[in-house]
Amino acid sequence: MRTAAALTGALVLSLATGCGQGGAAGAGGNTVTYWLWDANQLPAYQACAKDFEKRNPGLKVKITQMGWADYWTKLTASFIAGTEPDVFTDHIQKFGQFADLKVLEPLDDLGLDDAAYQPGLAANWRGQDGRRYGAPKDWDTVALFYNRKMVKEAGLGTGRLNSLDWNPRDGGSFEKAIAHLTVDRNGVRGDEEGFDKHHVAVYGMATGGAGDADGQTTWSPFAASAGWHYTDKARWGTEYRYGDKTFQSVIDWYFGLAEKGYLAPFTDYTDGANPATAQVASGKAATAFDGAWMISSYYGAEGLDVGTAPTPIGPTGKRATMMNGLADSITKNARNKEGARKWVRYLASNECQRTVGRYGIVFPATPDGTAAAVAAYRKKGIDVSAFTGPVTDKKNSATFSFPITDYAADVYALIRPAMQDVYANGAPVSGLSRTNDQINLVLGQ
Amino acid sequence: MTIASSSPPSRLPLGDATGAGTDRRTARRAAAREERGDGRLAAVFIAPALLGFLVFLLWPTLRGVYLSFTRFNLLTPAEWVGLDNYVRMVHDPIFWDSMGVTVEYVLVNIGVQTVSALAIAVLLQRLTQSAVLRGIVLTPYLMSNVVAGIVWLWILDTQLGIGNEIIAGLGLDRVPFLADETWAVPTIALINVWRHVGYTALLLFAGLMAIPNDMYEAAKVDGASEWRMFRRITMPLLRPVLAVVLIMTVIGSFQVFDTVAVTTAGGPANATNVLQYYIYGAAFGRFQFGYASAMSVALLVVLSAITVLQYRLTRAGQSDLG
Repeated sequence: MRTAAALTGALVLSLATGCGQGGAAGAGGNTVTYWLWDANQLPAYQACAKDFEKRNPGLKVKITQMGWADYWTKLTASFIAGTEPDVFTDHIQKFGQFADLKVLEPLDDLGLDDAAYQPGLAANWRGQDGRRYGAPKDWDTVALFYNRKMVKEAGLGTGRLNSLDWNPRDGGSFEKAIAHLTVDRNGVRGDEEGFDKHHVAVYGMATGGAGDADGQTTWSPFAASAGWHYTDKARWGTEYRYGDKTFQSVIDWYFGLAEKGYLAPFTDYTDGANPATAQVASGKAATAFDGAWMISSYYGAEGLDVGTAPTPIGPTGKRATMMNGLADSITKNARNKEGARKWVRYLASNECQRTVGRYGIVFPATPDGTAAAVAAYRKKGIDVSAFTGPVTDKKNSATFSFPITDYAADVYALIRPAMQDVYANGAPVSGLSRTNDQINLVLGQ
Repeated sequence: MTIASSSPPSRLPLGDATGAGTDRRTARRAAAREERGDGRLAAVFIAPALLGFLVFLLWPTLRGVYLSFTRFNLLTPAEWVGLDNYVRMVHDPIFWDSMGVTVEYVLVNIGVQTVSALAIAVLLQRLTQSAVLRGIVLTPYLMSNVVAGIVWLWILDTQLGIGNEIIAGLGLDRVPFLADETWAVPTIALINVWRHVGYTALLLFAGLMAIPNDMYEAAKVDGASEWRMFRRITMPLLRPVLAVVLIMTVIGSFQVFDTVAVTTAGGPANATNVLQYYIYGAAFGRFQFGYASAMSVALLVVLSAITVLQYRLTRAGQSDLG
C-alpha cells in the first residue's frame, strides 16, 4: 500500500514537473522569447539577434521558428495556457482577432514614427482604440510569375506581359494572353479553333484556390483595379462588400476563366501538395499570381526559368495589388516586457531592417531596408521591379491593405466555403450577397 | 505475473456441522478481514483508472456541459447565456449540414469497413492461421491518421498524384478525389477504411477463434457448404463480438477529424465539413468555446442514443453460444 502510494505520488509529481517544463515558453529574466514562421527568414533574424545582444549586454533573444499552420495553433494555445512568447511575428489577418481578445501590448511608447516606414504599413497596426499594437517589419505585393520558355514559345514578348490590361466584359489583353498560353493535349492553344477545354495540358494560369476572404493572390488584383474594396472603410470597417455588383461581376469573370479552360480548375489546387508554385514548376501552368514572399521559391525551382510582370491595368486605369505588411507584436503577458520593448524597437530600426534586407528574402518596412533587399535580389540576378513598382509608382498603380475588421475568423469561416462554391461547383455569384448579409450580421452584433 | 483475486467465502473452511459457533465466527471474521484486505488492494488497483476517469473524463464532460450554456473565449471569464447556444445550433444550417456530412461519412466508412473486415477475418480463420499474414493485415493501422491522410493526399492529387498519373496513363480522365464535392467524403471514408480495416478484422478474428471448431466439423459432416456455415454458424455466434466492434467503430467514425483536417480542411465548399471539424473551427478558430461545447454535447447525445439503440438491436449482451 505504501509502495503504491509512493508510486502514485511520484507519478503525479513527474506529471506536474513535466507540465511545468513543457509550459515555460517565456523564460523571463534576461531572455526575450521571439516566434516567427518563415524558415527562410530565420538566418536574417538570427543575425539581428546577434547584433542586438552585442548592443544590450546581458540580454538574450531566443528565437523559435515553426511552420505557418502550427504557428497560429501554437500561439493560440500559448495564450490560453499562459506560455506565450514575449514577442511574435504578427499578421494582419489575425490582428483583428487578437485585438478582440486583448492579448497584445500597446507599443505607443516605443517612439516609432509612421513616416519612417513605407506608406500605410504603420497605420494598419493601430487598433480601433487608436493605439499601436505592431511595429512594422516588412511588406509584400503580388505580381504575375511566368514561365519564360512558355511565354517565348507563345510568341508573347516580356514587354507585352508588362502592359496587359483587363476588364470584366471580355477580359482584355490579359485574357487573350492567358488563353494563348493555354495548350490542350493535342497542342491546340486556348484561343485557337478546336481547343479542347476538357483536356488541357498546360493552363494559362495556375490556381491558387478560391481566395477565401481576401483573394490576395487570386481575384484581389482584379477586384481592386475595378474600384472595389472589401469594406466600407479602409480600416476597421463595419460592413463587408461581397454583395457589391462590381465585385460579383469580377468574380464571375475570374472563375469563368476556369470554365473556359484557361485557369486551372479548383480541383487542381491543394494547399499542401499542389500550390500555384508547384503547378508552374511542374509545367502544368504557364503563369501564376503570387506574393513577393514566394520569390525565392519560384526562382529556386529546378529547371524553371521564371520572370515576373506587374498585375494588369484594370477599368480604373490603374494596376492594383495588395500591399501587406507583417509586424512584431508584444504579448500582454510577456514575462520580459522591458527586454521585449528593446527587442521590438531594434527589430523596427533601420539597422536590423537593413541587415534583413541584405539577405534578399523579404522587403523590410523601412525604405533603406527595402533598398538593401532590392540590391540583394539584383545580386542574385532577380529583377523585383514588378513588386516594388506598385509601391513607388503611385500614378499608375494602387495598393490596398488586407481587410482589417472585427470577427475576422468568423468572416473567414463564412466566406471561404461560399467562394469555393462559386469556383468548384459553379454556384451563381449572386449567392455571395446572402453570405455578405450573414457576415454583416455578425459584424453588427 | 500474479493476480490478486478475492476468494469467495464459500471456499473457506467452515468447520463441521457440530462445531462450535466460535469457529464459524472466527472464520467469518477472517473472511471479512481478508475481504477488507482485498478491498484495499482493489482500491489501489482501481485508483489510477478512477483518477483518470474523474480528471480526464467526468470533470471535462461536466465542465463542457456547463460551458455549453455560456459565451466563453477562454481568455475572459465565461458568461452565462442560458440556452442561447442551443437555440443558435438548431437554427444553424451549417451545423445540420455538418451532421449530414458526418452521417454520410459514417455510413460509407462503417459499411465498407465492416463488410471488408468480416471478409478478411473469415478468410483468415478458414484459410490460414499465418501470423505473418495477420501482421500484414494490421500494417496500415501502425501508421498515424495524419501521416496516412497526407500520403493519400499526395497519391490522389489531381495533377501530380501518382494515383491520378496511373489513371491518366490508362487513358481515363483524372479524378479529383479530394477536391470534388461528390468524391471527397467517400474518398476520406475509404482512406480510413484502409487504415482501420486490419484492426477491425483482427478484433473479429479474435471473436471467430472463440467459436468451437467441432461445430464446423459437425456441419461439414452434415454436408453444409462454406456459405451455409458462414450464415448458420459464424454469423450468429460472432454476433455479440460484431455488435461490440460495431459500437466501437461507429463511435470512432463519428469522431472523424484528423484525416479531414490534413486532406480537405472541410472543403470544397463545406462538402467534408464533418461535425468534429466544425466544432474544432468554432472553438480554436473562432474562439467560440461556448457554442463549440453545445455542439459537442449534441454529438454526445447522438452517440449515446446510437450506442443504446445498437446495443438493443444487436443484443450485444447476450451470446448464442452454449
